[in-house]
Formats: sequence, C-alpha cells, structure tokens
Amino acid sequence: MSALGNIISKELKELLTPSAIIPIIVIALIFGSIGSSMESIQEGLEEKPTLGFIDEDNSKLSHVITTYLNNNTDVIFNSTDISDKSIGLDKIKEKDGIALIVIKQNFSKNIFNNSQGDIQLYWIMKGGGIFDTISSDVVEGVLYSSSQEISKILIGENTKVNSTIALWPTKRIDTTYFKDREIGLSPSTISGMLASQSTFMPIIIMMLIIFAGQMIISSMALEKENKTLETLLTLPVKRTSIVTGKIAASAFIGLLFAIIYMIGMNNYFQGFSGFGQMNLADYGLTLSGQDFILVGISLFITLISALALCMLLGTFAKNFKSAQTLVFPVTMLAMIPMFITMFFDFDTLPLVFKVLLFAIPFAHPMIATRALIFDNYLLVISGIIYVFIFAVITISIVVWVFKTDRLLTGSTRRKKFKLFGRKI
Amino acid sequence: MTVIEVNNLVKKYGAFEAVKGISFSVNKGEIFGLIGPNGAGKTTVLRVISTLLTITSGSIKIMNYDLSKKPNEIRKFISYLPEDAGAYKNLTGRKYLTFIANFFDSKDTKEMVRKGIEIADLDERIDDKVDTYSKGMKRRLLVGRALMTEPKLAILDEPTSGLDVLNAQEIRKIIKNTAKQGTTILLSSHNMLEVEYLCDKISLIAEGKIVEEGKPRALMEKYNSVNIEEVFTKVVK
Repeated sequence: MSALGNIISKELKELLTPSAIIPIIVIALIFGSIGSSMESIQEGLEEKPTLGFIDEDNSKLSHVITTYLNNNTDVIFNSTDISDKSIGLDKIKEKDGIALIVIKQNFSKNIFNNSQGDIQLYWIMKGGGIFDTISSDVVEGVLYSSSQEISKILIGENTKVNSTIALWPTKRIDTTYFKDREIGLSPSTISGMLASQSTFMPIIIMMLIIFAGQMIISSMALEKENKTLETLLTLPVKRTSIVTGKIAASAFIGLLFAIIYMIGMNNYFQGFSGFGQMNLADYGLTLSGQDFILVGISLFITLISALALCMLLGTFAKNFKSAQTLVFPVTMLAMIPMFITMFFDFDTLPLVFKVLLFAIPFAHPMIATRALIFDNYLLVISGIIYVFIFAVITISIVVWVFKTDRLLTGSTRRKKFKLFGRKI
Repeated sequence: MTVIEVNNLVKKYGAFEAVKGISFSVNKGEIFGLIGPNGAGKTTVLRVISTLLTITSGSIKIMNYDLSKKPNEIRKFISYLPEDAGAYKNLTGRKYLTFIANFFDSKDTKEMVRKGIEIADLDERIDDKVDTYSKGMKRRLLVGRALMTEPKLAILDEPTSGLDVLNAQEIRKIIKNTAKQGTTILLSSHNMLEVEYLCDKISLIAEGKIVEEGKPRALMEKYNSVNIEEVFTKVVK
C-alpha cells in the first residue's frame, strides 16, 4: 500500500466508528419517520370527516351548504328540527364523528337583509394535538368553500346585498366539547393555543435531558480517561455519595441551563404566536399554582432519572469519545416523546402507543402540562410515581455497579449467589 | 502488629485467573515490595487490597478489618497511588490536595494540605493548573496526595514511575521517612535497586503466584546474587 493509501486507510478506520455512523443512520430514520408522518397528515386531509347537520333554514342558500357537506363529508345525521340536536350529537359521538352543524333559522333572510347568516358548529374534539384537529380543518375548509359558493350566487344574481356580506355571507359560531368542557372556540384554535402554550415544554425537556445527560456521561468518561476514578474510589466516601454528588451537580447545571433556555424559548414562541389576543385562562384552560408544582416535581424527578440512566451508561464509557456514542440512546428517548407529544394528544393515542409513551420516563413532564390543563391529575401523579420508582431503581443499579469491578474492568461479577446450595 | 493479612487470595477476570491463591502478611511500619514481570498480577493484588476490586476467593484483613465486609472502614486509613494515576486537570495542585483532604475526618485540613505541598515540592507551581504540569510534577503531586493523609497503610504502585533520578531519590527518601513514622507501605516496582533500597521484605510474583519471599539481603544470600535484579532473574527464569 502506498503512503497516501496507508494514511487514508488509517483515517477512515478512525473516523468510521459506531459513534460517527449510528447518529447519521438514526437521524436519517427520524427524517424518514417525519416524512411518513407528513404523508399520514396528507392522507388524513383526504379522508372524509364524519358529521351531521340540522338545516333549520331549509332555504336555497342553506342548501348550498348542505350540498357541499353531503359531497365532501360523510354525513351520518341530518334534520331540519333543532329539537333533534341532542339525538344528533349522541349519534355523532357514537359514530366517532367530529361535528354537528346547525344552519340557523333565518339564515338566508339575514343574508339578504345585509347580515351574516349564522352557522352554529358543535365540535366533538378528542385530542389537543396538531394531528388531532386535521378533520376539523377539513370541515372548516368545506364551510369556507360553501360560503364562497354563496358569495358567487349573491354576486351572480345581482342581489342588493352589500359587498361585505356578499364576500363574507356566513358567520361561524363555534362550541367545542373537549374533555368534559364546553369551550366557545373551534378545535383548531384550541389546538393552536395549546400548542403555543405547551409546545416549548417538550423542547426544553428534551434539551435539558440531552445536555445534562451528556455532562454526566462525559464526567464519568473523563474520570476514566484522566485516571482519577481509581483514586476517587479508594477515598473514604460512600459510593452512594459519589453517585449522588455527580447527579446533583449535573442536575443543578442542567436546571440552570433549562431556565436560560426557557426564557429564550418563551420569548421566541411569544414572538411567533398568532394567538396573542386570546388567552387560555379566559376559557378556564390554565394551570393553577398546584399544577405548576406538579409540573416542577415531574420535571425534577425526570431529570434525576435521566441523569441516573446516563450515569449507568457512563459506566460503560471507556473515554470521552465513547461517551458521545452513549449519549445517543438517551437522545432518542428524549426526542421520541417530544415529537409524539408535540403532534398528538396522549388521550387519542392507540393503547400500545400510550403504554410505550408512559414507559419512557422522559415523556411525563412533556405530557403533564396539557394533562393538568384538563385536570387529568391521575395521569400526572401516576407518571410522577412511575418516574420516581424508575429513578430509585436506576440509582440503586448505579450504586451497585460502583460496588462491583464493572467500572474498572468491564465485568460486574461481584459474588456468586447460592441457589439451593449450589453456586450460580 | 499485622497490618495486612492476605490468605489464599484468588482473583479472576471472567475465566482468566490473574491471582492464583497467594498469601502474605505485612507488619506495622514495614515496607513490603511486590516484584515480578509484567502481567504477573502485582497491580491486581494492590487494587484488591485498596478495595477497588472484589475478591474472587480467599480473604484479606487490613488492621483486622475484613476487606470484603468493611471496605468503607478500610478506606479511612489507607491511601492508594495507582501507577498511571491522574489528577483533575482543571484544578490547581493546591486545590486538588484540598479536594482530597476534605474527604478525611481531619480537624486540620490545612495542615494535611501543607504536608502534601511539602512532599510534592512544586514551589509556586502548586498554584498552577494540573493541566500545565510535566509528568514528573504530576507524579510528585500524586505522591504528596497519597502520603499527606498520614495513612496507616500506603499502597504505592510504581511510586517513582516517570520521575527523573533526582526526583525519584527524593520520593524514596520520603517513603522511607513515612515508614519510620509508623506508616506501613506496600509497593510494587520494576526498579530492583529501588526495591533493594526501600523494602524490608519482598515477594516475587510470577503468573499470579508468589514464587519467592523474604528479606532482600537474605534472598541475595540464598541465591548467591549480588543484587535483587539477579535474584529476580534466577527465580523467574
């Protein structure tokens, strides 16, 4: 082999390590899955939403709307009598539909008298995630198109309707039933408001876990690389104190950085929020002081569990470079729930995904904010208990590993256990 | 008084038996040397005695404490200097010694640090970051760290490794004086002159077993050798 070939071969062997290859493959997979998700959104947009309507007006203009609804949605209930509203809502709920649309009496008359015609929408909202409101977006689109069709009629037939009404002949009045609440907003508005208030929490948590986790894994790796670990382990200090000390220091720095990120990200999201004039608190969708304490506890316990897990992984690190690879599983465990909670509501996930998401300890503070807005204390408190147990078990394993040869030799053999008088 | 009592010590790494049932004892104030070729099991023995590695079988008592049962108690009065030990690079020499001193139940941490600085003998460089030290300076700092706590048992793996002749001589004197003050020293070394000069008693280890043991002078007489190096060669071959 030539000198140049020799050098290239050596460089390639050094650069193409698992720590370099695995992240690239996983990032490619993540982008692939995001692509698939976008495809599923597209499919969702193409699916006909299930709904019902009551046409109280039963006029030429109201028929424009009902025709559009019949052609573009799956209508499972229709009536002309408002007293059928309860029956209609029950049927829609039963068939997993999303809305009951009521075209109010005097709809046409109002339009021709230069007032907007009222359309009352009763939405059945299942989840607050961005993906959960795709169907309602489709219905809103259909109603917009039918409104445009009415505009065409009004302009085409040279009616005496003024230009404003001709261009905007209909007015939507939204009532959304969501998690035992009745809110005077459309699902997409609620979802948008929830997203503007709770989207940055998963991002902060993800960054916090990755940052603090990287610190503690690197700290373990540096102790080994700098040959300081052996000295530390022979000092009169309990293994529990070493583990706790490392976790506490990383947690402190992590929280400090989280606060800094939080301030920055909060300003960022406020700048981009399109719901400045609306406030969730006006609709009773806000966190109380007690809720904030629960979110804080959830976040703190999660951080401790993340650090304990990272420290456990750090015991495998031989040096600083290998530590970078070990951060990767933690990064994945932080990113997966972040993406899921950003796009979906926990309540609307299939059971398998609910179980999987619940099993990821880092998901709980991401779920907590939205769950507490809708008073789902059971989910949040059970999550805190689960993460606490996870943290205690993980810390116990780390302390146990510190008492074995694993840290120095890579073997965890401590003692032989006796079972029925036999050594195993 | 017996400070170290090793009985039939066996240490396995998986299927590999690094130490194959060795026994020895060291009395208070003695300097006991473990010598042997590379891979003989010296460092493993030192690591087990310093509570870093667990015992596969056999027993070790340090100051009458069972090492398997009371490692935390033992750590209070031992000090271990690994062969390739390092110090925290972002600390100065003084801060590193203070960090270590704070782990001990001493009322006078400052005196402990002062002693460490005296042994390390780094002059004004003690206030520089460890990262800027030469290999020899780092070793002197670590020797200072190991002996400043006035341990009842100091376990030194190649204590003069990486030091020049003058510095090595200085460290040997410090070790000798430390032993005179009552500290028991267990060390390993490749330097036979060092072993001959320092040790009251030595054990020659080969392939995980003690193949010879005794006072340096007595061994030289037994093997009709002029120095320990010759004894070592004759025994190991």
